[in-house]
Amino acid sequence: MADVNRGNRPLSPFMIGPYYRPQMTSISSIMVRITAIAALILAVLVVWWLLAAATSDSAFAFIDGLLRSWLGDLLMLGGAWALWYHMLGRLRHVIWDFGYCLEVAISEKMGMGMFIGATVLAVLTILVV
Amino acid sequence: MVQFSLPKNSKVVTGKTWPKPEGATNVRKFKIYRWNPDDGKNPQVDTYFLDMDKCGPMVLDALIKIKNEIDPTLTFRRSCREGICGSCAMNIDGINTLACIYGLDEVKGDVRIYPLPHMPVVKDLIPDLTHFYAQHASIMPWLETKTNRPAKEWKQSIEDRKKLDGLYECVMCASCSTSCPSYWWNGDRYLGPAALLHAYRWIIDSRDEATGERLDQLEDPFKLYRCHTIMNCAKTCPKGLNPAKAISHIKKMMVERTV
Repeated sequence: MADVNRGNRPLSPFMIGPYYRPQMTSISSIMVRITAIAALILAVLVVWWLLAAATSDSAFAFIDGLLRSWLGDLLMLGGAWALWYHMLGRLRHVIWDFGYCLEVAISEKMGMGMFIGATVLAVLTILVV
Repeated sequence: MVQFSLPKNSKVVTGKTWPKPEGATNVRKFKIYRWNPDDGKNPQVDTYFLDMDKCGPMVLDALIKIKNEIDPTLTFRRSCREGICGSCAMNIDGINTLACIYGLDEVKGDVRIYPLPHMPVVKDLIPDLTHFYAQHASIMPWLETKTNRPAKEWKQSIEDRKKLDGLYECVMCASCSTSCPSYWWNGDRYLGPAALLHAYRWIIDSRDEATGERLDQLEDPFKLYRCHTIMNCAKTCPKGLNPAKAISHIKKMMVERTV
């Protein structure tokens, strides 16, 4: 072969957004991961709340105040949404793992359903709690 | 490794804007990725203008027109111009497809053309597919038999032959594998949708007698199980195939043979 530069080849652009168009399937998939991480962070807050309750009045007052403030409400609303979304996402994986609903159009509908379903369930959770 | 940005030598800069065609009324703008291995510069995006009244309907027609009439240094692979050779796979308007069967009327606004994502670039729109082909070779893409060769051909019932529909049509253009975020980040060890679709094509072939060995070979946390059903592969396949479904069937067979 001719004397060509093979050493310093650039990597072709790939990032979702500027170079690769976001798809309903890819976004609904990555959101399952993101909601898991978000729920984990919220779980830390809840554990902190429980630990503080077992530690002292002053420690409990701080975290209790935070969780009962508007910010705490907002975080918990987000957490409820994330948990429901994650659960629906995992449910979709169970359906897929049995070999069903693997067509693109159906998967896209399920992805949309996860966003709508999580929102409805989060609102219901708020109404019940 | 999960990667969210391009390495320093791969950052894309704005390139040359080529002159507009004179006297044209129906002009369209093309933004095309360029990288020359000989000048030591970073990749750049050049802007070209074409008179659409004098251009064929497909993206490949536009590329050939640019190469013939504006810039003969523009480099890309193409051969059959009818979606059967798989050579002209590239990233067009944010999705991977074959330039020869993707209509310019399917693109809204400016036509942005890049090489297949997250691959080493040989020049301009040509990615280095060496590793991709090696992965395909690794799944033994041929009929493996143990019984004695029949007097004539290896026979197959019509029903068994039907199982290969939706699999054998793959033209190995690499659109699916290079659309897959798992393949971007673990492509060194994850086989990717194209190779796995081919693996499944031989696993379910009624004439093949190495199904167990084929499954053994794929029983690996990376080779097969980096697929998280993101489905960019099925969404982008220019031949309308569904690698995600094939991979899912392999995973199912893995479970079925252990329970």
